[in-house]
Amino acid sequence: MHRKRPKHLNLMEIKLPLPAVISILHRVSGVLLFFPGIPILLYSLQMVLDSPQSHDEFQILLTSLLVKSALILFLWFFMHHFCAGIRYLVLDLNYGIELEQARMSSKLVFVVGIVLTLWVGTAIW
Amino acid sequence: MVKRIVTGAHYGLLDWLAQRVTAVVMVIYILLLVVVLLIFPPNDYAAWKTIFGNQWTRITSFLFFVSLCWHAWIGIRNILMDYIHETGIRLTIQVLVILSLLFYTVWAIDIMWG
Repeated sequence: MHRKRPKHLNLMEIKLPLPAVISILHRVSGVLLFFPGIPILLYSLQMVLDSPQSHDEFQILLTSLLVKSALILFLWFFMHHFCAGIRYLVLDLNYGIELEQARMSSKLVFVVGIVLTLWVGTAIW
Repeated sequence: MVKRIVTGAHYGLLDWLAQRVTAVVMVIYILLLVVVLLIFPPNDYAAWKTIFGNQWTRITSFLFFVSLCWHAWIGIRNILMDYIHETGIRLTIQVLVILSLLFYTVWAIDIMWG
């Protein structure tokens, strides 16, 4: 059986469904959390714990608008990866695998990721 | 009958499982850490030192970090296998990823116990 199927590979015209957007964001956020995420995490922890001086330097660093913005962005990468990951764990357990439920849960992941980012983000700001 | 040729190194299932187990370990650690930080909000150096001076914090944090590295390795390797088909380039990047994760682990030990 060899059926001609429509090819539609123009990246500008392909419209990904939300579960696919969640999936590719999970990948992209995963890569960015690996690098530069892990070194940023370790550097921050080192600054906070090394000495009272480095702790204060880190506090001053956090007052910078650029650093704050970058931190919020990485917070979102983390929150999205966290929520999408939990969704995949649930899907692996065979819950919510119907199309409608899967669409619903991907919306939920997207919204909860942003809400958690804004919540923790405003606390940091 | 379709002849199925099984190829690969047969570590797929172990890695699939490891990625999920490490994810669960990290979720538990993060939720516990959030609870600790909410109960004892550290607003100065001494408070941070107290939290991370505790041996249990250090051990669980290190367990979290090992899970993180393992999880990252599986994820990054899968992505590299998907997008980089030139074996030499892929292996080089994979070696660099492994070396960086080993370096991060030593760094984490240094922060916790150094």
